[in-house]
Amino acid sequence: MRHGAPRTFVTGIGPVSGFGLGIDPLWKGLCDGVSAIRPITAFDASGFVTSVAATILPEHFDIRSIVPKSHRKATKVMARDIEIAVAAAHTAVHSAGLTTKGTAEGVPPTIPPDRFGCHIGAGLIPADADELACAMFTSRTPDGKFDPEAWGRTGMPNLTPLWLLKYLPNMLACHVTIIHDCQGPSNTITCAEASGGLSIGESLRVIRRGDATACLSGGAESKVNYMGMLRQTFAQRLARVPAGASGTEAVLPFDPTACGTVLGEGGGMLILETEASATGRGARTFAEIAGFGASQCCCIDTVGGDLSGAGEDIAAALECALDDAQVRPEAIDAVVPFGSGIPSIDAAEADALRRVFGARAGSLPLVTIAPQAGICGAGASALAACVGAKCVAEQKLPARLNTKGSKALGVDADARAACAAQLRCVVVMTSGMGGQTAAIVMRRVP
Amino acid sequence: MNTHGQRTDSERVVVTGMGWVTPLGHDIETVWGALMRGECGMAPITHFDARTFPTSFAAEVKGFDVAPQLKDPRAHSTAGLNSQFALGAAAQAWAQAGLSERPARNMRRVGIYLGAGEGVIDTPNYLATNLGAWDPAIGKTNGVEWAKLGHSLMGAASEIEQEPNMPLAHIAREFGVRGPSYNCLTACAASTQAIGEACSILRGAEADVMIAGGAHTMIHVLGITGFNRLTALSTAGDDPTTASRPFDLTRGGFVMGEGAGMVILETLSHARSRGATPLAELIGFGSSADSYRITDIQPEGRGAAAAMLQALAQAGIDPRGRRPDGRPWVDYISAHGTGTKENDSIETLAVKRVFGELARDIPMSSVKSMLGHLIAAAGAVEFITCVLAIERGMLPPTINYTTPDPECDLDCVPNTPRKAQVDTCLSNSFGFGGQNDTVCVTRFVE
Repeated sequence: MRHGAPRTFVTGIGPVSGFGLGIDPLWKGLCDGVSAIRPITAFDASGFVTSVAATILPEHFDIRSIVPKSHRKATKVMARDIEIAVAAAHTAVHSAGLTTKGTAEGVPPTIPPDRFGCHIGAGLIPADADELACAMFTSRTPDGKFDPEAWGRTGMPNLTPLWLLKYLPNMLACHVTIIHDCQGPSNTITCAEASGGLSIGESLRVIRRGDATACLSGGAESKVNYMGMLRQTFAQRLARVPAGASGTEAVLPFDPTACGTVLGEGGGMLILETEASATGRGARTFAEIAGFGASQCCCIDTVGGDLSGAGEDIAAALECALDDAQVRPEAIDAVVPFGSGIPSIDAAEADALRRVFGARAGSLPLVTIAPQAGICGAGASALAACVGAKCVAEQKLPARLNTKGSKALGVDADARAACAAQLRCVVVMTSGMGGQTAAIVMRRVP
Repeated sequence: MNTHGQRTDSERVVVTGMGWVTPLGHDIETVWGALMRGECGMAPITHFDARTFPTSFAAEVKGFDVAPQLKDPRAHSTAGLNSQFALGAAAQAWAQAGLSERPARNMRRVGIYLGAGEGVIDTPNYLATNLGAWDPAIGKTNGVEWAKLGHSLMGAASEIEQEPNMPLAHIAREFGVRGPSYNCLTACAASTQAIGEACSILRGAEADVMIAGGAHTMIHVLGITGFNRLTALSTAGDDPTTASRPFDLTRGGFVMGEGAGMVILETLSHARSRGATPLAELIGFGSSADSYRITDIQPEGRGAAAAMLQALAQAGIDPRGRRPDGRPWVDYISAHGTGTKENDSIETLAVKRVFGELARDIPMSSVKSMLGHLIAAAGAVEFITCVLAIERGMLPPTINYTTPDPECDLDCVPNTPRKAQVDTCLSNSFGFGGQNDTVCVTRFVE
């Protein structure tokens, strides 16, 4: 951290997960050792290698009741990823006790709008299959193929004029910044699962350079849709879950028998705020974002998503984050890794942990949430960051499921119950498909 | 943050390499020559049959083959068009910066920040899958059929290539980059934002060298459809070369382009240490969000003005002041200048809001009149035109300017290039969705 830059605190956390909206149901579920992985009901997924995911249920939230009345009409052009981001931002703002245009219109906001930034990790949002096919069905050749000539001539108006706006990745931030009147620096990071972590890093940089007092920061995605499931299948990331199986035992992070992951829906937004602003308003502080590091893996299989052999690169991000926080590895008391159960990535992460922590890696507790909340795409690292901040605030580690043999990889990830722990610093690290890694050091604020 | 003039050599950020792949050519000299002749890259679309579309023309990249520029083209055999453009532009920038002969000190301190768009959809197979699985009897997609068709018709490589961080992954692999790496996607603002944040990473001492820029193509069925439905594209197709008419009263929308622009940014101290020649210095960056409406720009240009003001403040430039010789401190503005009714008039308003009376003395042209709108890649290409304007003392024109618009009454360098003393430029990019970014670049002086 540069001399003179403000310290940055997490004053609000807004996770959205298969457990529902907010940290309370998520934390309870994680600590109780419950899994939110369940059969996919939004569509018939039985044609895919898995038909389970940690899905958000309709009863978890109703987007229309979350947004202010003035923004209700705009919910019609929200893809699911946008809904998740908006819900997460809503939860984070309330968690931090902030007043924004979105919580109370006409009341002076806690953070001046031009000092309120927003950085959101987003994924590639696929068009709704029903909407697209319904619109295009009349634009087919006699043999059933898409006919661009007919589409251009008569079909195109079948799509609503604002159709594209549901699917641009920056529309997550567009809606969130409008609702909460964030006029400061705003960005959308699209680096797969590392997106949320990189967004938090960017918010930190923006706050440190003095361009914002606070930022809404995180990520959101659901790949629980046709294209998302297909691409993850092609990338050989999904665990095969036979029809009828619950899937709650399918994800085994760092276990020699691991065979892939299960998708989740969700993500999270955090409120990052300068120390001066947070203490000035007497805000509750979950943790300090003490350091951040990022790196790129350029190993031979980067393109295509295989991170095997990338341990050195992941370790580099971790070391940068520790340097930035000015802490030694000994000060880290737990790590929230990607921990997906995808063998090549687990191996790379374990390698990184051994490189940085040496023999201590075998007893450094890992917080593995994928068996319970799945892997939420661009929301994954933001959800992990919410959990990391909660661990620091509660001085507690949630339960771990499924894994039995993590010693083989030299790490501590075997199933166990939740427990109290002394946590000075917790690292959240995520490596995404494409080779980007983000590592965040969260420090306890006494 | 220190403003320009107070920075140390390790905080000063210089441009040492540039490259682009555009509809007017694939190298710096060819494209600059075409811009100086007022040539236009627009023609009927060849990527697909668009004859019946409301817009049937675009500015396509023609005859580009990336292979000769690559060390091992086979390593990038799966690269989509987006990644090919990115690799081509990055290879030029890397070569100009002399990074092969005089390498960076440490590849862990070489990063990448791109504003690259999503890759090209595998349109025939994607649509065949969606149409084949559509069950008109029940008005829903048959999930099992979709999975069956999707798995058999679509392929892993082309699907994974659509992830927006794939150009970044290819570049990392080609050049062995292992430092902090990001991809952002804030629609039309993305690569300006990438250049700005890359600069911030360098100033924060997180890296010594950053490859920054963007790549994008949306010249495909769904891209043109989406913007046609938004009525953002020009439909004046009698002569495509006159369709992009920024600041003209008769303007009717933008023309889609494609391509990439990349620059090598590095700290001055690092550039000196390896004997690299600075081409220009990046002295300011501003980022803001409109926080207004999903579909409309804030009508007073609030967000655009905020981005410009922030960039100028960082550059230590008083927008209302003049140099001792009477010239404004800013000699040229590369406008976002899309050619839509709304953008051009609001951008004009925002520039007046920032510069007051001086606005009339600052030429502001739009190369989108010649290159089309490269969407995520537009900002990087326009940044490069600013560096070239400084280097060569010439301003690129806004072509197709025939009818003055009282709401766009600034000096848009109509129709012919102009010789000028150019020391400092602003480059504006405003994204659909409300993200605004401005960078300020100046002549390098020891």
